[in-house]
Amino acid sequence: MKIDSGDYVLDYDERSDKVQIIGSLRLNGLEEYAPVLDVLRECLTSTTAMTVDLSTLEFLNSSGIAMLSKFIIEARSKDDLSLTLLGSSKVPWQGKSLKNLQRLYPALKLIID
Amino acid sequence: MTDFNEVIGHFSDLRNCLTQGEYLHLGFQPNSSPLKERWRNNGLSADFMADYVTTFFPKSAEDPNSETRQIEIKSAVSFIANELLENAMKYSDPSLKKAISISLILEETRIVIIESNAAKTVQARHYRDFVQKLEQSDPMQMYLEQLEAKALDDSSSGLGFLTMVNDYDAKLAWQFQSSEEQGIITVSTEVSLPI
Repeated sequence: MKIDSGDYVLDYDERSDKVQIIGSLRLNGLEEYAPVLDVLRECLTSTTAMTVDLSTLEFLNSSGIAMLSKFIIEARSKDDLSLTLLGSSKVPWQGKSLKNLQRLYPALKLIID
Repeated sequence: MTDFNEVIGHFSDLRNCLTQGEYLHLGFQPNSSPLKERWRNNGLSADFMADYVTTFFPKSAEDPNSETRQIEIKSAVSFIANELLENAMKYSDPSLKKAISISLILEETRIVIIESNAAKTVQARHYRDFVQKLEQSDPMQMYLEQLEAKALDDSSSGLGFLTMVNDYDAKLAWQFQSSEEQGIITVSTEVSLPI
């Protein structure tokens, strides 16, 4: 499954249970983020080991941080889940904000290359 | 109606004493087109401000840290300017037909970004109460509380400010000023980013 808005691309690979988001996410509020959150939820309900790759997500606004935290709060209530979040040290916001998300869910596997 | 003039935090209001140095000043008319169409301009303007700043933090082959520094400052300015513009677009009252302005001022030890918009007194007081709470809070504790709370509701202005403080080491200040027009307040938010 793929969403291509022009500003961002979301690619959900059902075979590897991986969701990759590329580009810039500057949507207005959780309502506009619903299509992104829906895909993350879909992956979450269909597997026990999922990966979210944000390493090429150059920009995320605070509504996007709110959307990700909402997803992570939902994920942590799922038993026997292994959730991996991939980030990049070349994208400055990730080292800072993704670590904060890990505080919400200490079992989250955060890999920042 | 009584005047409403208040400052929260260390508000330096550099816009009134700009005689030299580097600065940018952009203005927007919130009622000129629908919010959905204007939204795109937030990102464009924020990225423009961030790109502009990189000129003053050049990459140097002799200093391996210079590239990282440039990328970090660019990222911080882009995030902060974008959040301030998003808040202004969301919360300023288009019926007042007052411009939204954002200024970026480069100083020796900091970058200052100031956003101003007009609000009705009731909205301005509501916002004042909110930023007062923010100012008195432990920013990391409040950030985590907000992240948890965001699972339930959809007002993210606090999260943007708290990200600026926690992730970018920014200092925030606010100014509320009565205007000549009865019942209309100019609300200014100042974000100071150490460099």
